[in-house]
Order: sequence, then C-alpha cells, then structure tokens
Amino acid sequence: MTSDAPTTTSQDKRQSRAGSSFVRYAERFGLIVVWLILIGIFGLTTPGTFLSWPNFSTIFGSQAVLVVVTLGLIIPLTANDFDVSIANVMTMASMIVGVLNVHHGLPIGWCILAALAAGALVGFCNGFFITVFRIHSLIVTLGVGTFVHGITLWISGSITISGISSELIRWVMIERLFGIPLAFYYAMTLCALLYYVLEFTAIGRRMLFVGRGRDVARLSGIRVDRVRWGCMVASALLGSVAGVMYAGTTGAADPVSGLSYLLPAFAAAFLGATSIVPGRFNPLGAALAVYFLVTGITGLTFMGIDTFVHELFYGGALVIAVSISQLVGGREERF
Amino acid sequence: MSTAPGVAPTGATPLLQFRHLSKSFGGERALDDVELTIAPGEVHGLLGQNGSGKSTLIKVLAGYHAPEPGAELAINGEQVPLPLAVGGFRRYGVAFVHQHLGLIPSLSVTENLFCGELASRSLWAISWRRLRERAVNLFDEFGLAIEPDIDVRRLPPVQRALLAIVRAVLEMRETAGERHRGLLVLDEPTPFLPKHDVDQLFSLVRDIVATGASAIFVSHDVDEVMDITDRATVLRDGRRAGTLVTREATKQDFIEMIVGRRFELTAPSHPTFTRDEATIRIENLTCDTVPGLSLDLHRGEVVGLTGLIGAGFDDVPYALFGAAGTTSGRLQIPDRRIDLATLDPRSAIAAGIVLLPGDRQNSAAIGALSVTDNVTMAALGRYFRPWLLDRARMRTRTRDLAAEFEVRPNAPDARFEALSGGNQQKALLAKWMQSDPMLILLDEPTQGVDVGARQTVFKAIAEVAGRGATVVCASSDYEQLAAICDRVLVFSHGRVVSTLEGDAVTKDSIAEHCYQSLDSALRDPARQGTG
Repeated sequence: MTSDAPTTTSQDKRQSRAGSSFVRYAERFGLIVVWLILIGIFGLTTPGTFLSWPNFSTIFGSQAVLVVVTLGLIIPLTANDFDVSIANVMTMASMIVGVLNVHHGLPIGWCILAALAAGALVGFCNGFFITVFRIHSLIVTLGVGTFVHGITLWISGSITISGISSELIRWVMIERLFGIPLAFYYAMTLCALLYYVLEFTAIGRRMLFVGRGRDVARLSGIRVDRVRWGCMVASALLGSVAGVMYAGTTGAADPVSGLSYLLPAFAAAFLGATSIVPGRFNPLGAALAVYFLVTGITGLTFMGIDTFVHELFYGGALVIAVSISQLVGGREERF
Repeated sequence: MSTAPGVAPTGATPLLQFRHLSKSFGGERALDDVELTIAPGEVHGLLGQNGSGKSTLIKVLAGYHAPEPGAELAINGEQVPLPLAVGGFRRYGVAFVHQHLGLIPSLSVTENLFCGELASRSLWAISWRRLRERAVNLFDEFGLAIEPDIDVRRLPPVQRALLAIVRAVLEMRETAGERHRGLLVLDEPTPFLPKHDVDQLFSLVRDIVATGASAIFVSHDVDEVMDITDRATVLRDGRRAGTLVTREATKQDFIEMIVGRRFELTAPSHPTFTRDEATIRIENLTCDTVPGLSLDLHRGEVVGLTGLIGAGFDDVPYALFGAAGTTSGRLQIPDRRIDLATLDPRSAIAAGIVLLPGDRQNSAAIGALSVTDNVTMAALGRYFRPWLLDRARMRTRTRDLAAEFEVRPNAPDARFEALSGGNQQKALLAKWMQSDPMLILLDEPTQGVDVGARQTVFKAIAEVAGRGATVVCASSDYEQLAAICDRVLVFSHGRVVSTLEGDAVTKDSIAEHCYQSLDSALRDPARQGTG
C-alpha cells in the first residue's frame, strides 16, 4: 500500500460491479434464506414433528443461553481478543447460584448478584493479565478458564446440584410470552443492547478501531488497554448471565456440561460474522447463526441421526464459517 | 564479467521483452499496449506515478496478474507463454527483491541466504559448514562484510537489503543456468534507507550487472534512477510515456515525462510566520536516542528535523506525542507546561498536539475501514449526541474536510486503502485539523507518495501552518524539507549539529550538512541548536 493506488484485490473485486449489489445482498441475507430452506426440508422429511410450535418454542427458549454466550464472545472478538474462559465462567456462575441457593439457602436474588459479581471479577483478572503483563488473550483466558473450572469443581464437590429455586426456573423457562419462554426475550434484549453499543455509540466504534488497528487507535488517543480490559469484563459478565439462565433452564447446576457451549458459541460468532454485516462480528448475525445451527442439529436428530451430529455440525460450521469470513474478510458495510 | 556494462548495442537479443501488454481492472485500463525492452547487462529504471501501471507490470512478471490476450513476453529471445504462474519467473532466471525483502529476522544470515534452496531440495543432511563457506565466498565476490552466523534481526537495515539482493543473485544464477546471466527485479528497495546506504546498495547492483546480468529498478525517486540506471522507461496512465537514455536526460526531462505537464519543483510558499516570541518551548527532551533537546518553536512555523539514519531525529515527533518509550523533559505550550515523562497520546491530543506517523499502513489508519471511520476516529465523542452516533453528520463532516484538503476521490464511504498514498495523507491531515491543533508532528509525510501528489501534500502542510499551527516534520527526504520548511535542524547522535534557515534551506545544503554531521558531532559533541 505504500506505493501504488488501490490494492489489486479491491480492483479485482470491482470487476463485477454490475452484480455487486446483488452479491452484497445475498451475502447479508443468505444465512436467513438457507435457514428457511433448512426448516422447509426438515418440515417435509419429518412431517408433523419438526414443524410444530412446541418444538420451535423449546428451541427458542433453551438455546437462549447459547445466544448469550455468543454475544459475550463477540465483544472481545470485536476488539481482536479471545475469551475461551467464557464457558467456564458460565459453569461457575450456575454453580454459585446452585451452591448458595440450595446448600446455603440464600435468596435467589442474592445468588444471582453473587454469580454476576464473580463473573465480572474473572473478567477483571483476564483483563489485568492481558493489559498489564501483555500476554495474549488466548493464553490468559485458557489458563484463567481452567483455574475457574477448578473452583467450580471444588465448590460443588464435582456433583450436580439440583433443586434450585423454582422462582428462577419460572422466570426463565416457565413464564411465556407469545408461547416462547422469557429466556428468549432476555437474550434478544441483550442482543439489541449490544447491537446499539457496537453500532451507535462511540465505545462500540472504539472497540472496532482497537480490534482492527491497535497502534492506530492508540495514536488516535483511544485508551486501548482500557477498551480491551472493559471487553474482557463485559464478556465474562455476559458469561455469568448465561450461567444464571442455564441454571434457570435446567433447574440444576452441573459442573461440566456447560463447557460444551464454548465451541458452538465460537462457531456461531464466526458464522454470524458472515451475515447481516459481513466481515464484522455482529450481534444480529450471531443470534441468527445460533438458531441456524440449532435448527440443523434438531432437524437431524428428528431424522433419527445420533447425537454425534452435534460435534460434526458445530465443528464443521466453525471451520466453514471461518473459511467464509476469510473470503469476505475485511469487506465493510457502507453506512 | 564477459559483457561490458552499459547499454547493449541495438540488435543484440534483448534479455527481456514485453510487447502489447495490456491489463484492465473493471473497465479501468491499468496497462495499455505497453512495451518494455531490457538489454543484457543494463540497469533499466521503471518510473511512474501511483496508478501509472508500473506496479501492475511488475505483478504480471511475478505472475500475480494475467495480462490480456495479445501480450507477448520473450526472455532471452525465447517466447514465454502468458500468463505466468505465480512464481513462474523462477524458471527463466528472473529474481525479485521486494521492498519488504522477505527475510526471516529470527534466522541466521546463512539460513536466510539458502532458505530457497533448503526449501526446494530434499536433502537428507545439510552441511552447514559448506553452506557457510558458500555464503562467505558469495559475500567476498561482491566485497560485502556480512557476518554469516548472526541473526538477520541484528543486521542494520542496509545489510539486510544487501543480503536480500545477494540471495536474489544466487537464485537468479541458478535458474538462468547457461542460457543467460539473469535478470534482477528491484521493486523499490530503497525508500527506507538513507542516502549513503543507498549508495552502498547501488554499488552492489553495479557489481552484479558487471557480471553481465540485467536489473530492473522500480522507483519513485528520480535522483536514484538517474544515479543507477542506464536507461529508464516511464509509464504514465498505463501507457509507455517513453524510454530515456539516462546519461542524456536531465531531471526535468524525467519529471516532465512522469507528470506529463510542465512542473515547478518549488513548493507554494506560505505566508511567513511572525517570529515574535516562541510560543512552544521544548525543554531538555530526552529519550533513547536523544540525550536532551531544547528548542523554541513559533506560530505558523514549519520546522524540519533531519540527519542520517540513527541520528535520533525521527524519534522526536513520537517523544513529543507521548508515543515513544521512556521519555523525559518538558513541553511548554501557551497555557500550560507538560511533563513529557507522563504524557500519553490521549492527553497530547487534548493539549492540541497531533501526530501523523510514518508507518501509514500500521500506525496511521485502518485501511479496511471507511474514510469516515478513519477521519472521525479521534473525535468520536462530538458525534455522539444525545444517545446515538450521528452518522449522517460524521459523513457530511468528513466530506467537507476532505473537500477542504482536496482528497480525491471524495468518497466518505470508500475503504481508506482505496485512496492513493497522497490522498491518504491529506485525509489524515484533515482528520487532525478537526481538533484545531497547535502543534502538528509529522514523520516522513510523503513516504510512498508520488511526485505529483507530493505537491498537494506540501500545499496541505503549508495550509495548516498558515492557519497558525506549528509544524514539526521529521524526514530524511531533503527535497521535501527544502520545499516545506522555514527552518531545518540537522541531527547527529541525537544532538542538533546545525540549523539552516531562510535561503540556506535547500536540498543540497541540507544534504551537505547531513553528510558532514558525523564529523561535527565528533568535534563538538556538546553543541546544541536552539531556536
């Protein structure tokens, strides 16, 4: 870029100027179309069961947890940091709710507050090691996450704690609005909030600048370390929100199974970055990607395929999504 | 050593010949029926402004672009099928040295030198002793004193460039075989080197062509082309504007051919500043390379900082912006006194100090984001009212600012990297003028900016100085300093060894003072320049 005008790739892209607005459109909304096609196929192959409202309302409600974890992930991803401790934080948060509520009989409200505070504390530690000691976020969160998981196993004695206050379950899964559990609306509210922050506030723009060009951001007077630190706290906080919702969804705190949320969340975050605002991690795309992936898995399960399909689907989706985002990489939306 | 260097006699088989070379990108003609002939044993310059097509031509040869049908390429008289595969040139005795050299800093000189060979051959056992011997012999052949065992990251920049060239020679010789002596393509290897290092590099190139090889020298720099080449082809708007025999042409001939219009080398003069009393005072600035600099600056003044590489002048803008490592000292501005030890970019900006870094790609702007994003980056707060970023206003403001600074095309939504180097720089000046700064720090503001666009950047700099800001420009481009500066300070070993003012600010006199600076620093290390 130091020498000659536009880069060749952008010149080559310009070659298809006539078709470009269609391509752009297809890119943005392609995932929705594929999703609808997928629903259609499963509806035809498994008549009566897949295309039923109870099935969909269950999917929308139970997968709200995964949506929240994914939203948590895209915050540091926007600032070009990874948080692989988020599933551990989620498990820890649900376990804190379980231990305090069931073993110590603490009111559920206090349990939730304690879980959120613990989550924020983990995020604070992540941010501390990343910005003060300048260690790569992947390494820090891998270590801190494992440490946090150790705490979870310790406080729980490595067993599932059931019997969490029915109040929590009621306000997460039992109460419904238009037939869909409230959990879904919590996730959508967070999604809208994050969309607002990323797209319409100076903070969101600064996160993007930090992610795309740390040095540029620093020399433009942006407090890069503070932004990165804040992103780590926010993602851990959303991780603990997901943990509380997880406890409310299942009515129990399980020290292990939450960990399986990490890969699906990454898959959804990257797949989401290929749609709605292609080339950027964006909350609407992420939520869409979660439901797309879950639809695929549920449909295949309905068709009688074994549970190994989860691993195939999520693992495959992650690699394919990252490959696609590599292709659309760096392409920006116009605003 | 068989062929005499210089222009080959007409009629000899050209080493390389492109004919009817055309290439379009989405309807824009990047190359239009271009011809290029390289004689054996010559250094052939390739000149042109940004977008003239010289980079496209080189990329066709490198195999990155497929030319349009009808193009012909002959190497040593032998027709070569087009398009070439990426890297396909290697089969024909052609080797490239790019600006970024392609060395691996953490590996040793010998490992870097033979990495192509080690990668392409399956050897069961590598004899490091023999490779080292070959490296020493090769360096001896060209009279280079490069230590074969140290890591490349420990080499000074010029030795890295020399190493990259020697490596290319090795590759070229191997692939050319007995057919011919090889062709070396030097794709702007000099912009990051100071003049005397460039001389060293040129003497190596001369030694190489003395063995009968040819070289294509791609550059922005007319002086360098005049220094090293035998002939030079100038491209303009995708066409061949002409080929000049270097020793018969003047600099003005070259510039006219590049620009395509009559062209004055002098910069527009901006209203001279009023040297009443100093408004900004640097007191005892100390950082890694500068052991204590004190300097008075005036409103509307453009001060150039220069010297040879390692002189420390290029660290001063970053130190004044709180962006260098450990810094100490004070900065007195009209309403306050700033401690440089605790200054960071954020508070510098708040105090009215702004910086345009030299590394545009990594430090100044985010190429993949829009012009609007980049221009409003440092002033986002003022567009966030009451609860939403006012994007329409950000865009309008960007458009107005860009128009003011003549950024072309004025497209706020375009990706920043789609702008040419000169327009990027003007957009970045526009970015900072939003905050009405009192001190503007520049580091190599026209690096990688072509001849025509340089003038518009100079004009923009004069414009901001004319509004009453003080400009400090660190640069090793003497012509640029002569064009924009009221005063030029020449550094050596972190100290100001001479100060040029008024009529003394000319390219030649700056150059002369720079080359004498090493001596004078030795003679009088305590000498300090002040305003």
